[in-house]
This record gives sequence, structure tokens and C-alpha cells, in this order.
Amino acid sequence: MSGALRFPSPFEVGTPPGAEGWEQLYPYYLLFSEDRRAEEERRLWFFNGMHFPEAMTPFDIITAEAGYLAIGEMSSRMFCIPPAMGIDFRVLNGYVYISPTPVTDPAQIEQRAAWFQERAGYYYANWRTLYDEWKQKLSAEVERLVAIRFPDLPEVEPAEYVFQRRGYGASMDNLAAYHDLIDSIFRVWQIHMEIVMIGFAAYFTFYDFCKKAFPEISDQQVTRMVGAIDVSMFRPNDELKRLAKVALELGVHDVFLANGSGEQVFAKLRASEAGRRWLAEWEKSADPWFYMNTGDGFQHHHRAWIDDPTPVVSVLADYIQRLQRGENLDRDTASLREERDRITQGYRELLATEEEKQAFDQILALTRDVYYSIEDHKFYVEHWYQSRFWNKVRELGRLFVAGGFFQDVEDIFLLHYTELERALMDLLLGWSIGTVPRGPKYWPGEIARRKRIMEHLRAWAPPPALGVVPEVIGDPAIIMLWGITPERLRAWLSPEEGNVLRGFAAAPGVVEGPARVVLSIEELQEVKDGEILVCSVTEPSWAPVLARVRGMVSDIGGVMSHAAIVAREYRIPAVLGTGVATKRIRTGQLLRVDGDNGVVTILD
Amino acid sequence: MRDAPFVLDFAALSERDRPLVGGKAASLGALLAAGCPVPPGFALTTAAYRYFLEANGLTGLFRLDHSVGANLDEAAAALSRRVEEAFLAAALPDDLASELAASYARLGQLVGSAAAVVAVRSSAADEDSQTASFAGQHETYLGIQGFEQLARAVRRCWASAYTPRAIAYRVHRGLSLEDAAVGVAVQVLVEPRAAGVLFTLSPRTGDRSLVVIEGSWGMGQAVVAGEVTPDEYVVSKVTLEILRKQVNPKPFRYRRGGPDGSLVREELSPEQASAPCLDDAEVVELAQRARALEKHFGYPIDVEWAITDEPAKGTIYFLQCRPETVWSQKERPAVTLAANNPIMAIAQTLVRPVGNPRS
Repeated sequence: MSGALRFPSPFEVGTPPGAEGWEQLYPYYLLFSEDRRAEEERRLWFFNGMHFPEAMTPFDIITAEAGYLAIGEMSSRMFCIPPAMGIDFRVLNGYVYISPTPVTDPAQIEQRAAWFQERAGYYYANWRTLYDEWKQKLSAEVERLVAIRFPDLPEVEPAEYVFQRRGYGASMDNLAAYHDLIDSIFRVWQIHMEIVMIGFAAYFTFYDFCKKAFPEISDQQVTRMVGAIDVSMFRPNDELKRLAKVALELGVHDVFLANGSGEQVFAKLRASEAGRRWLAEWEKSADPWFYMNTGDGFQHHHRAWIDDPTPVVSVLADYIQRLQRGENLDRDTASLREERDRITQGYRELLATEEEKQAFDQILALTRDVYYSIEDHKFYVEHWYQSRFWNKVRELGRLFVAGGFFQDVEDIFLLHYTELERALMDLLLGWSIGTVPRGPKYWPGEIARRKRIMEHLRAWAPPPALGVVPEVIGDPAIIMLWGITPERLRAWLSPEEGNVLRGFAAAPGVVEGPARVVLSIEELQEVKDGEILVCSVTEPSWAPVLARVRGMVSDIGGVMSHAAIVAREYRIPAVLGTGVATKRIRTGQLLRVDGDNGVVTILD
Repeated sequence: MRDAPFVLDFAALSERDRPLVGGKAASLGALLAAGCPVPPGFALTTAAYRYFLEANGLTGLFRLDHSVGANLDEAAAALSRRVEEAFLAAALPDDLASELAASYARLGQLVGSAAAVVAVRSSAADEDSQTASFAGQHETYLGIQGFEQLARAVRRCWASAYTPRAIAYRVHRGLSLEDAAVGVAVQVLVEPRAAGVLFTLSPRTGDRSLVVIEGSWGMGQAVVAGEVTPDEYVVSKVTLEILRKQVNPKPFRYRRGGPDGSLVREELSPEQASAPCLDDAEVVELAQRARALEKHFGYPIDVEWAITDEPAKGTIYFLQCRPETVWSQKERPAVTLAANNPIMAIAQTLVRPVGNPRS
């Protein structure tokens, strides 16, 4: 029946002109290929624009490899999520397409359920302790990462290496540092998924309970009962609010109001005593909170606030002006908590029996514990760790610039990490032997070629999905995180109904306003008060901007996505996962966003 | 002769008065007592009915004459005709008539009219109970104006306890025909901008976290009789947010004002037909009142509502409230956690989630 419904096959999608040879930028195992064609064409692949909205550079694809290796490991092999193995992925024209891998054999599911119960059960039973330990584990990983050093390659090794009989020198140190760096990101993503996958499983059970008791309950209402309030993702922004107040107290607020780059503003601050005191306050918050990056940490060019404060300078200016107008910027956590408890109490009262109420209390308590960490962890991995990871890669980049391999530190991101190991060996061989490595002759031209290819890949619009629409999508994470359901896929395929777009009702309320289509993080600065943000995918680090917009529409995202959570927090009506918003809507068009029904109407 | 009052104001009634005034009037009294806006009115008690029978010597009328035909249907039809003729030919006793006239005049004063336009409904004691719904078994006369019309409508309501269907029902249930004492509710007939029904659960799934409101332009008959596809508003009982809104074309409305108090059907412009009949604030207020009422009664209900723009825009009235009978009777499987253990429940849910064909 649904056999007729299909997106283009991955084998029908051509190469964008000018991007010929893009396949050589990515490892062979990530490409659709004739030898796996039969299997690949049987599956549905959908564009994971939520995590990888842009064409990925060869190095950045490491976040997909580390992420899906970890999801697979945790779902399939460690905790044995009964109906789901891992999420397979491919790179097509630089974009990441993913495909869930269900378990269909009932006997196998039963066996996995028994393992899951025992293994995940241990985590659930000790969740709070485990999550505290988890945070320590992650902090230790960040410390290890920061400690990695790529020593310069000296004319001669320090004398003490000889007299202390060290036995090895800078080439070995750099080789080990490279391996430590790559091991680090793979290990951190395992640790990341250690809590995420089974966390979702708990949430899904509460969701299922609610659906049985209240067949028409919306995903949004379920989420509002477990919504975490004091999670780390909100902390960086709270710190900025504090610094806005400090700027006013110290009388340095005018520095922020004169439109300047982050660098200019910080230079001006350094020039005065009051400014230096403000900078000292900034330093107090900076680690870890300003390792918040402008994206979601999956790509190297999403710089952390601490590395490029330009985006936050305008946020600070905005906060300062609002404080001057007498606005209260503090998040009203008390009323958020009150609302959450009121909704929970409301549903609880409607349950039929005392037994149902008890069961509800039990699963809710567990889900809230677990869900808190699902929200909370995001800062530690995607921001704190990832921002520092990219910077550490840049340190390695410096070694190559010194060796004449690259013209710019950022060029390193045009090599896959496995190529990097070979380039490093090339560099170290040349240095140690005292000959000329091939790199300086080979890489500059190759990097120029890759940059051209990347440009053409970035300009390409990836189709939302590839392959056949299935009858059922069994993987709860796919539905809740990405908002992918068979209905949604069919809607993506169906002809447009006039000026109406449909998506997930992610945050309640109805608003009208002019659209602002934002395709990259750089364009975020153009958003004006009262506009409706239209984007491919939104990230919680955009929160300062969300405080100004009236509504939000995205191509990708479900009711559990972070964008949805932030939108509900800021009480902005949001429709996410429309599939086509950035293609159909133009900046300036008047929109109506109906966050209750998941409908966006283009009014002109 | 008079052991009970003939006329009682709605405000004086409660569910306890069901035997005296019948279910419909008692439930209107209960609605008022629950703080609901109900159009003003009064009940004629079963004592008034009995007094009418006795004063006119009609107490021996209710015997099935099996000689007119072999089967119950024909006998019931004959008795029904005999009752209606006799009731309409008989006069209201003077003291009853003057009490009725005085109460009717008081309604007129309330609405600022010499002769209030009212709805006259029969109100049987065995109607509208929580376990059985006999809606439509007895009569309603809308748009009644003036004492003459009122007195006639009252007698026809009394006679409606002896429709062939009602007679057959009583015989089948082994109820005595003489005991079909019936009350009458006389109520100011509001001229609504919009009207309809609402349920304090989802009629589709039985979901008790929802209030579902159906409404159309004008009087509620079009919705109740299913003559139009009404607008539908789904509201969260918990947060009072409007979750879904389905506005349908409603090409006509009923208004009062026809000859003999009948309703007039009025075609609407396409613009008005496709406009929502309620604004969001009205939807929320209806849901809020329904929620409070459900809590007051302690069981899911369905309600006939109307909304007028006089004296103030968006004045809400509840015209009728009954226990919901379809889903309330159904046993929903208890929602439990496997082995009463949330951890085991997680594994079980992943294996058999809602909506998954494997379940």
C-alpha cells in the first residue's frame, strides 16, 4: 500500500555540478555503494538535519561516526533495547542520512527484553548516583582532553630527554597525542549515549502510559509533565544576564551598546579599571559556561562564546537595554515548576483508580529523574566538551601549518581523521629523517580542491528522505527526537496544500508575524524583535534570540527536540518538523504559527 | 387536596425533587445550584398534574382497550389518541391556572416582556437517569408565547407521557400506566447566537482529559438533530488550552419567531456559514464551566449549551445536562505497570508500545 510512496533512491540522486569527486572526501564505508545497493534500497534514509544541518567537512564527520558508533553500541550491545539495534548512516553529497535498524524477530525481542531489564534496570535503580558519577566521568574526560599537547618539532630534542633516559621524543609524543585526541571523542560519545538511550526508554514508557490512559493526549502535554527546569543548558544564558547587571553596576554598559565586534568590545574593556573588573567577572563564568557554542557542537565552525564573543555582545547589549527599561530578566522557574505540577496533578486526578494513580506516580518519578539528565547532559557533551575538542584539533592544525602542510589552521577540518594520521606520519617522517615530506606539495592543492567541492555541497538542498516510506516506525527515539512518523513522511511527499505547512505542535499558542528565514548561524544576528524565526533546525544556544522572536518554525525537529523544550520554556508558539519551511517561506512574509495544531499558514 | 406545591421556581429545586418535578426540571435546578447559568424558569409539579386529572375526572382514562385491536401497538395508539383529546379538551382548574399565570408573568418581568417566549418541556421522573437515556421520549415545545399557548403546551406535555412509544415502554417495563406522573419545565427561551452540545470526555475515544464542544449558528436544534456538521473544539480539561479546532460550513440556522412559536430556518451567507461560531475565550469559558460541573456531579456529563450576545456579548447558558452514558458504561482496561514495577514496565513497553502493530 505504501509501496507506492517513496522518496528518491539514494542511487538516483546525482552529484551537484562542481562537486564531482566529493566521495573521496569521506571514508568508503559511509558511502552508498553498488555492492550494498539491494540492502540500502530496501531502507528508508532520512536527512538528519537536526544534528547535521550543513554539508559536513571530512573531519567533522567524526561526530557522526562517534555518535552512531555509540548509539549502536549502547542500544544493540550494551543495554539491548529490545526492538532496536543501532542507527545506520551514510554520507550523500556531504549530508548525513540515517536509518533505524529494528529488531523484528519476536524471540530475539523477548531475549533482549530480559537482558535490558537486568542491565538498564541496574541503571534506573541507581540513577541519581550514576548521573552524579557520570558528570564526574565527563569532567575527567575534559581534563584529559585539555591536557593533550602537540609539542613543536624542534631542531634537537631537549637535553634532559637524553640525560633522563626518556627514550622517545616529539614524534612519539605527537603520535600519542593524536591517538589520545581521537580516542577521546569516541570515548566521550560512548559515555554520552550511556545515559541517553536508556533515558529515552524511560521517557517512552511514561509516554506510553499516558497514551493508554488518555488516548488523545498530545506529545506536548506529556513532555510538560516531565520537563526539566534547572538544567545546565539554561545556565550560560543566566550567566549572561548576571554579567549584564554587573555591566550596569560598573558603569561599563555603554561599551556593549556601541555596536562592535567581540574583540573590539573586550579591547575597550581591558583599557579601563571598571572594564577589567567586568572581565574578571566574565572569567568567573567562562569555564565551563561560555564553552556554549553557537550551534550544537557537531561542526567545528560553531565557535564557543569564549572563543568568539561577538554573538553574545549583542545579547548582552539587549539584556542591558531591557534592564534599563526595568524589565526582570530572571527565568520564572517558580511559575514554571508550578505549571508543571498543576498539569501533572490535573492528569493524575483524572485517572480512574488509586492503582492507576500509584502506577502513574511511580513511572513519573523515575522518568523525571532520568529525563532531567537527558536535558542536562547536553551542555556537558555538545558544548563544554565539543568546543574544547575542536580547539584541541586546531592545536594539531598549528603543527601542520608550521610544517608547511596547511596555510591556515582551519584547513585541518578538510581531512578525515584517518587521513590526518597519515599526514601526521608524513610530517613526522620528514622531520625525523631530515628530508622533505610530501605534504607541503600535496595538501595545499588538495585542500583548495576540497574547499571548492564543499562550497558546491553547501549550496545543494538535500531531499528530506531517501527510499521507501515504511508502514511503521518502531524506534521510539526516531519518532520523539526527530519527529519522523509515517504520517509526517507522507505529508512531506504530498503536494503542498496552498499556503499551509504542517509539522509538530511543539509549543502551544497562536501568533502572527513577519517571517525571518535564517539559514546559518551568522544570519541569526539579523533577527528583529517580534519576527517569526524560520530555520532548518534550531538549537538551544540560540536561546537569547528566541527571547526576542514571536514564534518559531523549523524544517526538522520533534516535540522532544531541544528547540521544542526551549520554545515551551520561553512560551513561544512553535511548529517544528515541517520539512519544507525554509524552502517555502521567504523573509518578510506574514505567517500565522499555530503551535496548538502544528499548522503554519503563509498569509501573503 | 394539596399535599405539595403546584409550581416551583428552578432556583428552589435540587436532584431530590426528581419525584416531584421530574428529571429534566430537577436537573435544571441542580445546574443552578451548581452555579451554572440557566435561563430562568419554573417547574409544574406532578402534584399539579394529578390535581388536573382529578379536577377533570380523568383518572380512569388510562386503560388499554384490547378490543380495538389484537396487538399492543394498536391498543397503545388508541389510548394515546384518547388521552390527547381528553387533555386538550379539559381546562386547567382555576387555582392552578392562576398560579401558572402568575409564575409566567414573573418570567415576563425578568426578561422585560409582557409575554415571555418560553420553552415548555415534559419532565418525567424516569428520564435522564445516569444509567439510561430516554432523550426525546417526551415532548418539547419551543417558542411558546402568551398564556393560552402556554396552557395548551402544558397539557400536551402531560399527554406526551402517553405517546404510543411511552405506553409501550411502560408496559414492557411492567410500570403502571396510572403512575406516569409527569412534571413540566417552563423556561425562558433564549435566542442564541450559537448553540450546541458539549461532552466532558472525548466521544471518539473516551479520553477524560478533554472537553469536546460542538456548536453551530442559532438555536441548538440543528446540532442536536444532526442537520449540520457543527464546528468542533477540543479543549484540554487540565490546562484549558484549545488543542484542536475544526470549523465547518454551517449553511443555515434556526431562529424563533415562526407562527405558533415554531422555529424558522434561515439560510446564511457563505462567509457567515464558514466562520467559527465561537471565539477562543468563549470556547475556554464553556470548557471551564463544564469542567467545574463535572467535578460538582462527580461523573462525565453531556450538556446542551447556548450563547447569546444579550444582555452582554458571550452570555453563556446551559440548557440541559445529563450524565454521559456511552463511555461511562464502558470498562476501560486498567493502565498498570508490568509487575507493578516501573523498571520491568520499561522493557515491556519497548516490546509492545501503543500503536505498534506488534502489540
